[in-house]
Amino acid sequence: MSAISTGRRRHPAPYLLLVPAVVILLAGMGYPLVFQIVTSLQEYGLAQQFGKPAPFVGLDNYAELAGNADLWWVVLRSLVFCIVTAFVTLAVGALLALLMAAVTTAARLILQVGLLLAWAMPVVAAMTVWIWLFDRRRGVVNYLLDMIPGVDMNRFDWLAQPSTFFLVASVIVIWMSVPFVAFSIYAGLTQVSDEVLEAAQLDGTNGWQRFWFIIAPMIRPVIAIVLLLQLIWDLRVFTQITMLKDAGSKSGEFDLLGTYIYKLGTSSQDFGMASAVSILVLAITIALSWFYIRSLLREDQA
Amino acid sequence: MSARLRRGLLSALAIVIALVWVFPVYWMANSSFIPNIQLQSFIPTFFPAPATISNYVGTLADGSFFSALGMSLAITLTVVFFCIIFAFLAAVAISRFRFRGRTSFVIAVLIVQMLPAEGLFIAQYKMVSAVGLLDSVIGVSVIYIAAVVPFTIWMLRGFVAGVPADLEEAAMVDGLSRFGAFMRITFPLLAPGLVASGVYAFLQAWNEFTVALVLLPSESAHTLPLWLRGFVQASATKETDWGQVMAASTLVAVPVIIFFLIVQGRLTSGLVSGAVKG
Repeated sequence: MSAISTGRRRHPAPYLLLVPAVVILLAGMGYPLVFQIVTSLQEYGLAQQFGKPAPFVGLDNYAELAGNADLWWVVLRSLVFCIVTAFVTLAVGALLALLMAAVTTAARLILQVGLLLAWAMPVVAAMTVWIWLFDRRRGVVNYLLDMIPGVDMNRFDWLAQPSTFFLVASVIVIWMSVPFVAFSIYAGLTQVSDEVLEAAQLDGTNGWQRFWFIIAPMIRPVIAIVLLLQLIWDLRVFTQITMLKDAGSKSGEFDLLGTYIYKLGTSSQDFGMASAVSILVLAITIALSWFYIRSLLREDQA
Repeated sequence: MSARLRRGLLSALAIVIALVWVFPVYWMANSSFIPNIQLQSFIPTFFPAPATISNYVGTLADGSFFSALGMSLAITLTVVFFCIIFAFLAAVAISRFRFRGRTSFVIAVLIVQMLPAEGLFIAQYKMVSAVGLLDSVIGVSVIYIAAVVPFTIWMLRGFVAGVPADLEEAAMVDGLSRFGAFMRITFPLLAPGLVASGVYAFLQAWNEFTVALVLLPSESAHTLPLWLRGFVQASATKETDWGQVMAASTLVAVPVIIFFLIVQGRLTSGLVSGAVKG
C-alpha cells in the first residue's frame, strides 16, 4: 500500500480525476435540477416563453397543484399502477427463479434464453409488437381469446377504456421486467448452500418449511433491492404510456405522471406547473431510492 | 408424486413459460417476413412461409431509416467514448484514493443515477434550447453522458478495486513509473470492465426515448426509437402496415439484442451485487 498511500493526503490527483465527471454531471443534471426548482417557484407560462420575465410566486404552483383534482388522480393512478405492477413482477419473477432452480439443466437454459430475449428488446420495439398483439381486429390476443368457447373478444378494443388500457400497460411492463427479477433472485438462490438444505431435510422439514425458514431469509436482501428498483422503474413508464396512447386515445384519463408532465410542458406550455410536478416525481423517487442508496453505500464502505 | 415425475412436469412447465415469454419477440420477426396482404387476414399466420423481404424493402425505401441510424450512431458513439473516459477517471479516483469529499461524491452519483428523465426533461429542454442545441448531437449527448456516467462509474469502481494495488507497486519496484505501472498492469486487467461499461452506455443511449423526444423535435434529427415511433404513427393514419412496422422494429431490435446478450451477466450483478454477495 505504501507507495500509493504516501502522499495521498492533499494529493490533487483524485480531484483532477473527478473533474470531467463532475463537470458533465453539473451540466446535464445539476443545472437542470436547480433550474427546475427555481422555475417551480415562478409563474412560467406562455408569456414567459416569449421573453417576459418570470415573476416569483413562492409556493403558488404547489398550492395550485394541491388543489388540482386532475393531478391527484394522476398521482393516485401512477402509484397504484407502480405498486401493483412492481409486486406482480416480483411475485412472477420469484416463482420463475424457484422454477429455474427446480428443473433440469436443459429446461433451465431454455427458460433463461427465452427470458433474456424478452429482456433484450428495446422498449420502443417491444411496444410496437405488443400493440400489434393487442390489435383490435387482427391481434393474436383477441384471436386466441376468441377461440375459448363462450368468450367473445372479436374486435375488443383494449386501449379504449382506462381499465383495460392500464391492464395492457401492466402486462407489458411485467413482461419486460420479470427477466431481471428472475435472474437476480435466481443468482441469490444459487448462494444458498445445498448442505444446509440437506441438513434441514434430514431434520425432517418439508419443502415449504425449508423455503420459508431457510431460503426466504437468505434471499431477502436481493428481494428488497429488486422490489425497490421495480418500484422506481415502474414510476417512469413514459415511453410505454406514450406509445400506448399513440395507438389508443389521447384523453387525459390515460395519463400517468410522466405523460402528464409532458403534456403540461408541451401543449399547455406551463413550465412552472410542469416543474412543480417534476419536483414531486423526483421527491417520490428519492424517497424510494434512499434504502437502495444506503445499501450500495454500505457495500462501498465495506 | 415421485421426484422424477415432478421434475419432469416442472421442466415442461418451464419450457412452456419460455415459449410464452419469447412469443412477442418471435411474433415481431415472424410478422416482418409475411406479406402485408396476408397479415390483413383475420386468421394469424404463425409461420412465415412463404417468407418475403418486401416489408424490409418498403421500410428502407424512403431513406429515413438511414438518417435515423446515422443520428443514433453519432450520439451513441459520442456517449460511449466520453462516458468511458469520464467514468474510468472517476472510478480510479474513488477506488484508489481516500480523500475529503469522496463519500459526498459517491452519494451524489448514486442519487443522480436514480433520477428519472421524466423528472428533469422540462428543465433539460429549456437549458438545451437556450444554448441553441436542440436537434443537435451535442445537446442530447451531454444529457445522456450525465445520465449514464453514474452507473458506469459504479460498475468500473468494482473492476478497478479488483486489481490489487500491490501489483502496481511490484511493477514500480521493478522500475516503472506510477503512470507506466498503471497503463501496463492495471489497464489491461480492466479491459473486460471497460467493454462491459461501454456496452451498457451503448444500450442506454441507443434505446433512450424520453429525452430524445424532447430534445430532438425535428424529424431530420430523429434517432432510431423516435423514427420507429414516427413510423408507427405515420402508418396508423392509414391502415397500419404491420408488416413494415414489424420489419422496422426488427431492424431496431437486432443489434440491441446481440449487444445485450454480451453484457447481461455483468449488468445484473452490478445492479444487485451488494445483495447477492450478502
